[in-house]
Amino acid sequence: MIQHREEFLETIGNSLKRTVNTKVKPQRNWKYAPQKKGYQGLSQDDLLEILEKQCDKIHTDVVTTTVKDLPNALEQVVDQYGGGPISMWQDSRFDDYNLKPLYEEKWPNKGYDVSKWFPELGEQNIQNAEKANIGLTFSEYVLAESGTVVLFSDQAHGKSVGLLPNNFIAIVKKSMIVPRMTQVAELLNKRIESGESLPSAIDFVSGPSNSADIEMKLVVGVHGPIHATYIILMDE
Amino acid sequence: MSIQYNKHTFKDNVEENLNNSFMRGAVVSAQDRLRTGRINAAEELGDWEEWRAHGEEIRQHVLNNLDYYLHELAENVEKAGGHVFFAKTAKDATDYIQEVATKKNAKKIVKSKSMVTEEISLNEALEEAGCTVVETDLGEYILQIDNHDKPSHIVAPALHKNAQQVKDVFVDKLDYNPQKSAEAGELARHVRTTLRNEFLTADIGITGCNFAVAESGSICLVTNEGNAGMVTTIPKTQITVMGMERLVPTFEELEVLVNMLTRSAVGQKLPSYVNVMTGPRKPGETDGPEEFHLVIVDNGRSNILGTDFQSILQCIRCGACVNVCPVYRHIGGHSYNSIYSGPIGAVLTPLLAGYEDYKELPYASSLCGACSEACPVKIPLHELLLKHRERIVEQEGKAPISEAMLMKAFSLGGSSSSIYATGAKIASRVVAPLSKNGKISKGPGPLKAWTEVRDFPAPKKERFRDWFKEHEKGSDK
Ligand code: SF4
Repeated sequence: MIQHREEFLETIGNSLKRTVNTKVKPQRNWKYAPQKKGYQGLSQDDLLEILEKQCDKIHTDVVTTTVKDLPNALEQVVDQYGGGPISMWQDSRFDDYNLKPLYEEKWPNKGYDVSKWFPELGEQNIQNAEKANIGLTFSEYVLAESGTVVLFSDQAHGKSVGLLPNNFIAIVKKSMIVPRMTQVAELLNKRIESGESLPSAIDFVSGPSNSADIEMKLVVGVHGPIHATYIILMDE
Repeated sequence: MSIQYNKHTFKDNVEENLNNSFMRGAVVSAQDRLRTGRINAAEELGDWEEWRAHGEEIRQHVLNNLDYYLHELAENVEKAGGHVFFAKTAKDATDYIQEVATKKNAKKIVKSKSMVTEEISLNEALEEAGCTVVETDLGEYILQIDNHDKPSHIVAPALHKNAQQVKDVFVDKLDYNPQKSAEAGELARHVRTTLRNEFLTADIGITGCNFAVAESGSICLVTNEGNAGMVTTIPKTQITVMGMERLVPTFEELEVLVNMLTRSAVGQKLPSYVNVMTGPRKPGETDGPEEFHLVIVDNGRSNILGTDFQSILQCIRCGACVNVCPVYRHIGGHSYNSIYSGPIGAVLTPLLAGYEDYKELPYASSLCGACSEACPVKIPLHELLLKHRERIVEQEGKAPISEAMLMKAFSLGGSSSSIYATGAKIASRVVAPLSKNGKISKGPGPLKAWTEVRDFPAPKKERFRDWFKEHEKGSDK
């Protein structure tokens, strides 16, 4: 429902001293486009280097590995964070990357509770994520400049997984590292222009949550995760 | 809290703040840190002037086509399953939100930091409707539990409290163990626990809106703490309140402005969380709101649109102007007696709340132009302050502050060589309207207090920024 739009826009038209326009799309003839400059001709290796440097600044660990070694690498990070409970998305990539033995056997055997995000569980999903020590997700893109992972949420990919647990792990492909937000904005624009709808939530997450509200001192982990690790798949 | 803090005179507020030495120290070091952060971030980005020019053209384009983009935004929010309410006045907005709260039988409401909800006194309205409102931004939360203390800075609202004071409040109000330390990390961790519980039991989440995207009907929120994420993930109903000018055409412009906002505010490339929400949750989704309301607020903004002051609506609330302002540095945020402090506050508050209570604010400036230079979207702040002064003199027949005091306060000494003004042209424009009539009072004006400030800048012929660098090294901290 939209309420009181007409009279509201009428007032704006009066202020702008013209009749209200809701039909003719304004031309955006920008004179400047600084965001399109820079980062030209960089290889994925160059971007990875920029990413690693930035992650260092935002208290975020970067682990590079291969698809083959991913189960080991992930197990290690999880152990470092003190194990379960683990909250994870429901995503076929976990199986594609051969992680099933980990979350179906190894972790439960170590006493780590594992909960996947199933739509039919409803509210229970959020409670699981809330109790979890670790949240495990994939990221569609990674922004090198700002050390940012990009989480698209839907039925099987709850927003809570990246937000509620104490520790956050995102698995990303090296090929998905882009220079900056500019490239993702372009992709989203294309999606919208072709009439596709957007996910109800897109979260750009750069490291653990933090605050400088007390004496301007930086502290990590105010509401969201206290620690964050990005695991980069070098051969993907 | 409404836009105004108290009914004290400007002079009393200034004096009170000058006597608070911790606050003055905190303001100085916060300004230095945030300002340096911004300058470094801008340098790192490169072509900063081009970014500013682009930021300016985007914001101007939006304002000149506000009707089109607001219409489009509303269409797309509706298409995504949300409700849109256009509120002409603060009361229209709060009435609608009260209504939603009542319909939802809401008891507890969590909020993430938002200037516009302060502006329309939303918390009071919700309390009136029987709701408990919990601010979730750490700084705002500290102020709220400390009997609604006032924010002192746009991006660092609890700047005026030291860690020990924060601890005392926590011991008193949050059962914080008095044996524990007053260390910022430990204090923040305690809030993590207490607020987590609030999030999980809240009926409604309320947010402001950094930017809305017309083309997709999305809302973008920018935080470091992740509280906006929590507010928009857990409660079943979400209400987002936006000033009517806070939108962009597409993601392309969103990206540019988000980048400029966080670099200008705190010197970060991006904050920890940029949350983009489009409508309520979709079928089968478990988190995110079931119901989404967007409340678009005019509250005086359309009176600014189409006037000489239109450019102030370009503002993206980064606080960069606050962090370079020598007057803010000396009198602190509370002196402005408004939720909007510093140069942005001195221009915007009188426009939204009237000259009656705020005619001195446009004089809370040395017209050095540092604010205009710092503004990422190129708002000519010091020129707007001058315009205010001209209007005030026209309306009142006299300036509310004596010329002599003004000159003395800023060590201008009546000399047109002062580089505080960005040139003799501006200096003479300041003086002209003030001395036009013989009615200027010679008594001690509100600026008297400023002259008592120890090291009020007495600049020579050097650029403000160089001066600032020079003084940073010295005893100013
Ligand atoms: S006026 Fe400019 S510098 Fe000041 S808060 Fe607004 S955008 Fe930032």
